[in-house]
Amino acid sequence: MGTRSVRRRAANAAFVAATALATLVALAALFLILWSLVSQGLGGLSGAIFTQDQPAPGSPGGLRNAIVGSLMMCAMGMGIALVVGILAGTWLSEYGGQSRYAHIIRFLNDVLLSAPSILVGLFVYELMVAPFQGFSAYAGAVALAFLATPVVVRTTEDILALQPGALREAGMALGAGRAKVIRTIIWRGARAGLVTGGLLAFARISGETAPLLFTSLGNQYLNLDPSQPMAALPTTIFQFALSAFDDWRQLAWTGALLIAGAVLIINIVGRLLAREVSHK
Amino acid sequence: MATRAGSASGLSLGGVRSASRWGEYLFRAACFSAATLLLAALAGLVISLAVGGWPALKAFGWRFLVTAEWNPVTDLYGAAGPVVGTLATGFLALAMALPLAIGVAVFLTEFCPRRLAQPIAVAVELLAGIPSIVYGMWGLFVFAPWFAAHVQAPLVAQLNEGSLAARLFAGVPNGANIFTASVILAVMILPYMAAVFRELFLSVPAQVREAAYGLGSTAFEAVTKVIIPYVRRGVVGVVMLGLGRALGETMAVTFIIGNAHGLPSSLFGAGSTIASTIANEFTEATGELHTASLIALGLVLFVITFAVLAIARALLASERH
Repeated sequence: MGTRSVRRRAANAAFVAATALATLVALAALFLILWSLVSQGLGGLSGAIFTQDQPAPGSPGGLRNAIVGSLMMCAMGMGIALVVGILAGTWLSEYGGQSRYAHIIRFLNDVLLSAPSILVGLFVYELMVAPFQGFSAYAGAVALAFLATPVVVRTTEDILALQPGALREAGMALGAGRAKVIRTIIWRGARAGLVTGGLLAFARISGETAPLLFTSLGNQYLNLDPSQPMAALPTTIFQFALSAFDDWRQLAWTGALLIAGAVLIINIVGRLLAREVSHK
Repeated sequence: MATRAGSASGLSLGGVRSASRWGEYLFRAACFSAATLLLAALAGLVISLAVGGWPALKAFGWRFLVTAEWNPVTDLYGAAGPVVGTLATGFLALAMALPLAIGVAVFLTEFCPRRLAQPIAVAVELLAGIPSIVYGMWGLFVFAPWFAAHVQAPLVAQLNEGSLAARLFAGVPNGANIFTASVILAVMILPYMAAVFRELFLSVPAQVREAAYGLGSTAFEAVTKVIIPYVRRGVVGVVMLGLGRALGETMAVTFIIGNAHGLPSSLFGAGSTIASTIANEFTEATGELHTASLIALGLVLFVITFAVLAIARALLASERH
């Protein structure tokens, strides 16, 4: 009895220590990454980053063309993703229910949530770049939309399912049709949740590199015409980080810091919004 | 009563009714089309990869999958090198990340004081959202040089020429190899897996946990004999989800795997994955067959990851209590 209980307690202590150690190792690794990001990237941060375009190696410059390109393509991609994603999520939650077709869509959407993003790049290349013989920001935006939509679908369905059934019944009792109830009551009640879904999707695509490599390609100049190749922060970082020039590498670090910071902030805002909803 | 209400509304609201019925119909159709668009997009993805890769599959047949020759000069392409590289890095990364991810999740759900657990859990979830290119850059500029100087060089210097270990660890000492790529992948999937594991463990009903402790289990016994077995299908699902991420990842790997074609010969040797090969070569592909072979590689990646992710989602869905 004595030795057995000692052995069990020792095994337990070792297990608790091991899980604590695992947490420490994981946090240390992630802290190391964030620390190099800040220490390497912060030095290059200046007004010029936002006001000047990417330089030739050896001369001063910034990342304006890439930042503007990223914002434009993400905005266009989110435009598509919000329309398709909210409608599809609404169908799953309000009309599809437990039908077989709804189950299939739900399942495929879950798979799409973690589908390799480089394949999306290849697909959009075949769909939009190869037939028209040209890389364009439109193609980049469609590729990003492809990645953002599943996130919006998922969050929309989840948040609509949380709306009380009594709300729907109350709306219908007043004589409104189902569509009107959804548009004027359910969507309005779920507004904060829908915004959170949009923010999470935006955070997801703003750091995506692989799907843009063969669609928007990149552009060393500032370009506002979406039918032409356009720079994006992640692709510019990729190009600069693999270059042999120290000043380009510095810009890559600064760009990576900008993206990581933006993604973190967007995610935190999304979470705060979601928390407000759940506290209500 | 019913007839009167019906006829009354029929009289006064007839026009409005039919207009709003149209609105109802259109809205429902729009929602349905959007949902169907998801299906169409996935189908389009598969079809475009199959059509684009067809010339390569036709030219090389099933040998495309088993030959390791990848040579744009002679126009001969085989997928074996990148496929093996993808699987090797994916499973190595999983082997490294899995124990840590379970450890983190168990610590946060079972042992950690609540006040500390919440912020750590949020931090882990936020870190899961950091773009993979950041992990790739860190691997290239920080981890690879450190690894080459402090692990690879001393280790290789210790080994006897020609021994099995020397062959396993052979490679250019620059830190860009299969092993370091796997480490970076592991670091990348770790917060993601830990966050999903935590959710899974939190879904275990309190009664189950209390029953285990009530029978006198230690925490170790409660976790390994009751809690984890209770959600075992979900655990396998999370493992597959992490594997799917690792297999399909591009940027974290492309920076650091060394980009060598052919079968990987050692742990510390350069290699390539399907995603890194496509990312590196697609825009510079020289001929039609080269492009087609890269797209066919994409098709192979799709089949592998779709299978893995489908199993993961099916297992996780069956775990919802």
